[in-house]
Amino acid sequence: MAECHPVGFQWVMEAKARGARIIHVDPRFTRTSAVADQHVPLRAGSDIAFLGGIISYVLERGLDFREYVVAYTNAATLVSEDFVDTEDLGGLFSGYDPETGTYDTSSWAYAGRKPASAAGKREVVQPSDLDEGVERDETLQHPRCVYQVLKRHYARYTPEMVAEITGVPEAELLAVCEAVTANSGRDRTTAFVYSVGWTHHSVGVQYIRSAAVLQLLLGNIGRPGGGILALRGHASIQGSTDIPTLFNILPGYVPMPKVGVHDTLTDYLASISSPDQKGFWANADAYTVSLLKAWWGEAATVDNDFRFDHLPRLTGDHGTYQTVFDMNDGKLEGYFVIGQNPALGSAHGKLQRLGLAKLKWLVVRDLQEIETATFWKDSPEIETGELVTEDIETEVFLFPAANHTEKDGSFTQTQRMLQWRNKAVDPPGDARSELWFIYHLGRLIRERLAGSQDPKDLPLTELTWDYPTSGRHDDPSADAVLREINGYDSDGLVSGYTALKADGTTRCGCWIYSGVYADGVNQCNRRKPGQEQDWVAAEWGWAWPANRRTLYNRASADPEGKPWSERKAYVWWDETLNDGAGRWTGHDVPDFEVDKRPDYRPGPDDHGVAGLAGDDPFIMQADGKGWLFAPSGLLDGPMPAHYEPHESPVRNGLYEQQANPTRQVFKREDNLSNPSAGEPGVEVFPYVFTTFRITEHHTTGAMSRWLPYLAELSPEMYCEVSPELAVERGLEHLGWATITTARSAIEARVLVTERALPLKVDGRVVHQIGLPYHWGVGGGGALVQGDQPNDLFGVTLDRNVHIQESKVSSCDVRPGRRPTGPALLEHVRGYRDRAQITTETGNQQSRSGS
Amino acid sequence: MTRMGFFTDTSVCIGCKACEVACKEWNAIPDDGFNLLGTSLDNTGELGASTWRHVAFIEQPSRTVVDLGMPALATLPASADTAEVHGEHTGERADFRWLMESDVCKHCTHAACLDVCPTGSLFRTEFGTVVVQDDICNGCGYCIPACPFGVIDRREGEPATVKNAGIAQKCTLCYDRLGEGLEPACATACPTSSIQYGDVDELRDRAQKRVDALHADGVHDARLYGESTHDGIGGLGAFFLLLDEPEVYGMPPDPVACTSLAPQMWKTAGIAALGLLAGAVAAFAGDRS
Repeated sequence: MAECHPVGFQWVMEAKARGARIIHVDPRFTRTSAVADQHVPLRAGSDIAFLGGIISYVLERGLDFREYVVAYTNAATLVSEDFVDTEDLGGLFSGYDPETGTYDTSSWAYAGRKPASAAGKREVVQPSDLDEGVERDETLQHPRCVYQVLKRHYARYTPEMVAEITGVPEAELLAVCEAVTANSGRDRTTAFVYSVGWTHHSVGVQYIRSAAVLQLLLGNIGRPGGGILALRGHASIQGSTDIPTLFNILPGYVPMPKVGVHDTLTDYLASISSPDQKGFWANADAYTVSLLKAWWGEAATVDNDFRFDHLPRLTGDHGTYQTVFDMNDGKLEGYFVIGQNPALGSAHGKLQRLGLAKLKWLVVRDLQEIETATFWKDSPEIETGELVTEDIETEVFLFPAANHTEKDGSFTQTQRMLQWRNKAVDPPGDARSELWFIYHLGRLIRERLAGSQDPKDLPLTELTWDYPTSGRHDDPSADAVLREINGYDSDGLVSGYTALKADGTTRCGCWIYSGVYADGVNQCNRRKPGQEQDWVAAEWGWAWPANRRTLYNRASADPEGKPWSERKAYVWWDETLNDGAGRWTGHDVPDFEVDKRPDYRPGPDDHGVAGLAGDDPFIMQADGKGWLFAPSGLLDGPMPAHYEPHESPVRNGLYEQQANPTRQVFKREDNLSNPSAGEPGVEVFPYVFTTFRITEHHTTGAMSRWLPYLAELSPEMYCEVSPELAVERGLEHLGWATITTARSAIEARVLVTERALPLKVDGRVVHQIGLPYHWGVGGGGALVQGDQPNDLFGVTLDRNVHIQESKVSSCDVRPGRRPTGPALLEHVRGYRDRAQITTETGNQQSRSGS
Repeated sequence: MTRMGFFTDTSVCIGCKACEVACKEWNAIPDDGFNLLGTSLDNTGELGASTWRHVAFIEQPSRTVVDLGMPALATLPASADTAEVHGEHTGERADFRWLMESDVCKHCTHAACLDVCPTGSLFRTEFGTVVVQDDICNGCGYCIPACPFGVIDRREGEPATVKNAGIAQKCTLCYDRLGEGLEPACATACPTSSIQYGDVDELRDRAQKRVDALHADGVHDARLYGESTHDGIGGLGAFFLLLDEPEVYGMPPDPVACTSLAPQMWKTAGIAALGLLAGAVAAFAGDRS
């Protein structure tokens, strides 16, 4: 965090000054480790085992926050008799289909119930049928209650086992366990902070789930000082999922409709939520219709399903990596690349660049002439002869972009807080904002389509596209866009999402952001200094939803509505308010119906929000509980289990199943994998590597390698190796090293440092190599260049979210510079031959019958 | 006026180098070359004409693990089974520390650079800081060996293309910001308040409290450097809280302003001159006799 979020890290340092204990768990010793109270180096890709060890410690000793766990989580809920755990299936859960590499998740349901919708459910579409109540055992003794299922599941994650897998000595693990449990409970809370070191894995969603399970057991969710915070890779990455640049969701996490499944609005609404369902997703009809009204205005009427048919339908995975494969297969004509540098920043750089060369046209908008825009003349494939400039037909349009100081708009950070920024200076030359570009592109297309009655043009011609413009360059008003996002009814701006209706009388661009313009005030432009308000600082910016700073904060009070402790008082029920009828109040906006009494219990006919009891804090879940066990919503298991990375020289010490059995593999000649432990040739790639960022640069360098003051601070690509590995491979400090995988080989200067540490795993020493990914070959005008470690990765994805595994892989490292030109291809081919790699290598999803 | 300066608390430095960058941005300093130095994450090396804030990174070897020096280990056969040779090193390195420190011109009480400057280019400001006047400096370079910390240097390059080439350059403590009521650029940019700007007397109090607090927390290595007015400099206008001996950070343990001995030297030289004169007189007198 100190490396990549130094400004945010000031608050960690303040917390430390006030007595907080900082524990840094990372394969590498970084700037964060330098100031942490404890640094725990672990093997990259083993975090579920590590977290599972803490969960096991909590469950074996009964150190969970029992009152919280019983009342607020699904610990007491009984799981279906059909459910079979990894314990009994060699690392698979029940329902696995080895043919497709997917699960039928129906056996993971609660006993006596069909699965319900999970919050933010996207591609998983299952009917909800909640007529039958769930069975609960609040003594937590029933063998099928979630608590006992969980306890059995994690029983084998003993300190000895965790040490064998992660390389973390038992004493280090136990020190973490003791610190975390001692700092959780009524009076204290513990927070977890993670970044892409947890998400860029073939089992990344389950990394986060592991933290969620632990935090729920310890009572650290919905309470001040608790939670799980995702540090984003850039400003407003949170914003780009809230109002997504993703293919499978619409603004506000509303699922994208699927072809053949969601032919009508009624079909669609019935599957994403149900009026019979409990929780706030029951109102998804209001959010969806208001979104359609925001986009198609007067043209969207109740008679035409509010132009639901104007929405495209999903036909499958259209994520970025599938798109790149399609590009390579000649199925794609054009590509917009906005503020991204896939030629360097995405896994398997060669695949990216070869794909770009097969397009008809490519639009790149960036601050600099990045490598994605210059691949046709200076990519590594030009040097190897795989691409010939004259033969590339891709027409590249490079547009200079305005940076964040040169345009108005909002950022959304990890606390879901929107902060408005004002333009300070005009962008130079032809540089323009994204808003300008998209608005005028839409305007020009609409002008060309004007008058068309072709049904395929109607989504564009009927689009509301009437933002006011100003200035020399007709800049559209970002303020007007924010107002549209907030939403309107017939009286003007709405006050929040509870005002949205499904009858077409309201419009709202993103329901979770509704209220950002409440009272006609740009709420995210508020900048009242912290010292002029209380510690929650509700008047600094605006957090979705409804300016809540901590989600699910009903859990900060006990079931009766009283704070768990004076020290951790946050939101509570005050019987004296509301003329003696009582009301929720506190330091934050209550994440609960403010008038719902703690002792409220729904009747059998109460559905939707009314179906949640007065002590059900997790209001987006159909049962109002925090899910220790996820009966639906996940594609790779209801509980996290440790699987080895897709490419790992280490056998899975916990299960026969080596890697995530549902990971998305792509068996292609242009996407070969290294053999993993248990396969022939694994010894050819004996080392683990991980990639990382340093403070000096930003991602692939468009904002740093072109600037002398940043480029000089870290001018060359390097690799971090331990003194022990340097000896083993004959690497010399400041010399060169060549790092090779089945895809490619790169070179890097060698930094021998004690910050890199060999780990003892499974009875032997595992060396890890650290590779920063800030440099690239090519580009126009970069001051410093170097090879790109993302070229070393192949494409293997987490099936839930289609995120690539790009934080861990295996490799070889040798002293000296890499071969150049066609010799580089020979070099890589030699490795493939020695490891006997085919398209099947490493791609067996399950080891059935073994 | 009150003397203003820096207190740099290295115990909270995260090595982000925002100070280096903010300094260069504000003062329009050219880059210092694009060289991988291999000294941990430091690639600007040292303070100089084009680096006025410099963040040092010190990887302090595990004190319990010895013989990790590369030359010695490199003699082992490349096929050595490191699992056996170094098995005890896996999992943790006891006591390993990574120290970071943002160094800067000390703005000495007794500033030798200023004393030796023949043109009067170096002067003491109304804030008690020491500043080079670019338009007066003739580039003689006397100040360079005079500085006990190696802070000041002449900027290399062709005057036609490089700003202030050939002229002595160093931190001005953002003289042009102080007059406008702004803090120096580095202190403004520092995210963790490792660099604190203010009244030097007040900073000394603050620093002492911080050291006391660290000692109470068991950080016994913490110490102040340059805060004492009784050292060979008469106290530093920019002083430090360090977590180890000054030498570890590349700082002289007992700095002395070379010019502090000037009166004594003049006296000695005077006596010598008198002696020579007396000898000469005696010689002439001898001739007469």
